[in-house]
Amino acid sequence: MPDLPSIVIDAESKPFWDGVALGELRLQRCRDCARAVFPARVVCPHCFGEGLEPLLAAGTGTVYSKTVVHRAFGAFAEQVPFTIALIDLDEGVRMMSRIVGETPVAIGDRVRLRVTRLDDAPDAPQLPCFRAEVGA
Amino acid sequence: MSPRRRAAIVGVAESELGRTPHLTVLSQQARASSAALAEAGLTLGDVDGLFTAGNWSWAPALTLAEYLGMHPDHLDGTNIGGSSFEAHIGHATAAIEAGLIDVALITYGSTQRSDRTRGRPRPGTLTEQYEQPFGLPQPVGAYALAAARYMHEYGVTSEELAEVAVSARQWAARNPRAYHRDPITVADVLASPLIAEPLHKLDCCLVTDGGGAVVVAAEDRWQDVATRPVVVRGHAETTTHTSISQMPDLTVTGAARTGPLALERAGVTHEDVDLLAIYDSFTITVLLTLESLGFCKPGEAGRFVAAGRTAPGGELPMNTNGGGLSYTHPGMYGIFLLIEATRQLRGDFRDQPDQPDQPGRPGRQVEGAELALVHGTGGVLSSTSTVVLSRS
Ligand SMILES: [Zn+2]
Repeated sequence: MPDLPSIVIDAESKPFWDGVALGELRLQRCRDCARAVFPARVVCPHCFGEGLEPLLAAGTGTVYSKTVVHRAFGAFAEQVPFTIALIDLDEGVRMMSRIVGETPVAIGDRVRLRVTRLDDAPDAPQLPCFRAEVGA
Repeated sequence: MSPRRRAAIVGVAESELGRTPHLTVLSQQARASSAALAEAGLTLGDVDGLFTAGNWSWAPALTLAEYLGMHPDHLDGTNIGGSSFEAHIGHATAAIEAGLIDVALITYGSTQRSDRTRGRPRPGTLTEQYEQPFGLPQPVGAYALAAARYMHEYGVTSEELAEVAVSARQWAARNPRAYHRDPITVADVLASPLIAEPLHKLDCCLVTDGGGAVVVAAEDRWQDVATRPVVVRGHAETTTHTSISQMPDLTVTGAARTGPLALERAGVTHEDVDLLAIYDSFTITVLLTLESLGFCKPGEAGRFVAAGRTAPGGELPMNTNGGGLSYTHPGMYGIFLLIEATRQLRGDFRDQPDQPDQPGRPGRQVEGAELALVHGTGGVLSSTSTVVLSRS
């Protein structure tokens, strides 16, 4: 079985991935304009302010768009069909994720964080996936 | 203010298209460059600016200059994805207007079909690490997310997306170099396998090898060239994001900025445009682009295409070579948009007979075409670049 591609964690992303391993979703908030920021950086993309502080997300959001994937590459080919969604977190940022669980989701549905592995391999990374709130 | 020195496209060429395991990205660009310069009646010694884009070298412009035996005075390796070459036209024109160079050579080459490297997952670095681990096939999955949102917001159907592929294939039937020329129907598109919902296989561009070259020359050189110069009237480029999750609105591309700006800089309006060359990586790309450019209202581009407005005989012919969907798509397709628009404005297809299988139906030449809008899209709807070209 081909290996899942690894994640190259860097100094700016380490807090995020450390949080995921603890079941948390760590974002940032700008002290100058009060908006949430993701992915992590040293300047605010809304106001170029440099006062970014940690923000713990509630782990809830709404599906902005989604696709059911039928052809995937590498190790992901064995996982089809699977659902990828863009999720508008309640804090006001958007992220890509995998929808897990039995309940399918539609655009506009509410979803909740579920940190899990996408593969049985012991070195497969923990990922911030989401599942439908209804029927969860 | 004195009028600026104008720039024009004076030579275009493709290299061998389809599957070319006997060529490299470098030999493809050399062949295309040689043919484009020969068409213009110029030599490599006339070229003082070299423009290329690719990810096949740490510095593609240097690798290519060495291969061609050039020491150019002006180098541009701007890589903003498939729209890079429309950006190169803008940059070359600015350099010509400023008097920095007289002749620019813009090239592209790809062996992606022979290499079979497209889409293979790599470790996700920098911002890619927040998307890559979830397994979305790129770029098709990102375009599928845009299509799903667009259909949700405007009630657009898969049938309307499919019309873009049908229109492209009608034009491809008129292009002997097109990869696929057999007619297709909306039903054929919908019956092709789903790749990433709602996109089917026939909603997606081809994966081919190929290359192309475009020669741009300053006004003072036009009397030396063997072709009818096609004038660069206006250009604009922008980016809205690199990761699809960071696209501000999945239904509006950077074309909303670059389309109007390029037309304004050209001193023309939408009504003046006779011909469209629109990047068609996927059917959804075309619908979003037609709306963002301002040729259709939001949600209406599918019906515009379904009504035959962009097909042979339509009032706004689009992608008259068959496009990335049916003619060729070697990874970064933008240079082929420029090649086709140039040939149309020169009237290169005037002598080709009507379709033998469709007597009385219009052929490939858009009769009387004076002004073309060429629009590249790069990445995952990430960058756009618009160029306005005219016959005089
Ligand atoms: Zn801020």
